[in-house]
Amino acid sequence: MSGFLDNLLNGLALGAVYALIALGFVTIFKASGVLNFAHGSLLLLGGYLVAVLHDDLGFAGALALAVLATGAVAGLLDRLVLQRVGGHDPHAAHVQTIVTIGIDIVLVTDLARRVGGDLLPLGDPWGDAVSDLGPVTVADSRLAAILVSAAAIGGAFALFRFTAWGLSLRAAAEDAEAAALMGVRLTRVRTAAWCLAGGLAALAAVFLVAFPAPGLERTTGQIALKAFPAAILGGMASPVGALVGSLLIGLTEAFVAGYQSDLHVLGEGFGDVAPYAVMVLVLLVRPAGLFAARGAARV
Amino acid sequence: MPAVPPDGAPALHVESLDVTYGRALSALRSVSLSVPSGAVVALLGANGAGKTTLLRAVSGTLRLHRGAITAGSVRYGDTVLDGRDPVAAVRAGVVQVPEGRRVFAGLTVDENLRAGALGPHRRTPDRAHEARERVLTLFPRLAERTRQPAGLLSGGEQQMLAIGRALMAAPRLLLLDEPSLGLAPMMVDRIAGVVREINAQGTAVLLVEQNAGMALSLAEHAHVLEVGELRLSGDAAELARTDAVRRLYLGETADDADARGAA
Repeated sequence: MSGFLDNLLNGLALGAVYALIALGFVTIFKASGVLNFAHGSLLLLGGYLVAVLHDDLGFAGALALAVLATGAVAGLLDRLVLQRVGGHDPHAAHVQTIVTIGIDIVLVTDLARRVGGDLLPLGDPWGDAVSDLGPVTVADSRLAAILVSAAAIGGAFALFRFTAWGLSLRAAAEDAEAAALMGVRLTRVRTAAWCLAGGLAALAAVFLVAFPAPGLERTTGQIALKAFPAAILGGMASPVGALVGSLLIGLTEAFVAGYQSDLHVLGEGFGDVAPYAVMVLVLLVRPAGLFAARGAARV
Repeated sequence: MPAVPPDGAPALHVESLDVTYGRALSALRSVSLSVPSGAVVALLGANGAGKTTLLRAVSGTLRLHRGAITAGSVRYGDTVLDGRDPVAAVRAGVVQVPEGRRVFAGLTVDENLRAGALGPHRRTPDRAHEARERVLTLFPRLAERTRQPAGLLSGGEQQMLAIGRALMAAPRLLLLDEPSLGLAPMMVDRIAGVVREINAQGTAVLLVEQNAGMALSLAEHAHVLEVGELRLSGDAAELARTDAVRRLYLGETADDADARGAA
């Protein structure tokens, strides 16, 4: 029984962190139509900044600065590079998507050079401490991941729902021209979405490399790839879908890893493949994803 | 036309406007017209005549369709609007209701109205509340459905929402693109009444229509566009009496005109 609860908590913690990544990915797609293949390298950048800054600024200060800086880098990439590519061509978003692959290669190459073969500690306050919650023992870093992610995701949803920016984003995603006619500044709304996504990615980096993971590696950004199936099975443009998809992926991964010995027919390391297997299964049943925009239109 | 508008609202002046799409396709050639402060002006023409293009030139959305103004000017009072973005038009008080309603289907009626007030404005929260009250008084149907997704409204209700959304920006000049399109005759009458009411409250209207009967009954002045050029301009009542307009836009046959001539 405690095995089940352990897996459940681990899955929730993993899912919460994936949700930070997937939510940013989906926000960018919703705001700009771009699939941001540089999302993993933004995450790596955020983690790297915490790693190099925490000695001087303390963990909290380093994290705050990393979140702001990564958000700023994402916003600048959008404003200075992506928005200049493609212009008003109807396929501009496709071209920009390809450009993010190039950005990813540049960022990852440079960061990998800096990180080298090291494992960088981020100086987080949780270390390898564990707490007993009734029958289960859980790492403090995982509890922190769940709590902080829930707060950040709740904050992001509040932004979507209650602010002028959130309304602008949702209106522009539905009909960019109609939103423009209302005086919405499409370029600003979109850049702000990139900033938010960058900040969330930096936050996710901290929990991805916290205990029981060994520390920041040059390949940490690749873990972000697991959040992509979460975004896709959620319906790509749906923040709620990204959240549900992430929890689904996180739980699947944790349970597959937890019951590995019972699942040996599937081979070692099936936990790494599980996210994609879940994605394919969901898409077979609901080809547009769990929360795809249903055409709630009457003509 | 009063030389100095009573409430200080300026007039729209479009002068010798040329618009081209994709650097090749000429959509408007040397079109001039104006909308005096507080007036209703109708712009008639068949599909593809360039009516929507003219509105896009005023509201600054040509670029979204790869179009550009290649000559001429658009001014609203002292504000130059040609070559500017939609934000500039909204700030000047010129707001367009797009053709086909284009409400945000997945957003609620309430959110659609709030979206109308997203542009730059000189308004305080009090005035925003006032604009909302005004819209809901004008469209009681919307007041009953503020929490419903806009996509579930009927066509006529969506048109009302589209107009209400634009009114949330407190426009001084409203650009209406085919508000009667696809609506039942009774709903067309309702929309006509609404336009009259909006105008009575001091907002000028540039009304683009294929439904010439409705447009000419509302407008003081009217213009007829044909394949990118202004064909006729003048007093709306007089235009409604000319044979060309009757035959082309009011659905009258040559026989009707003969019969009228004989009578």
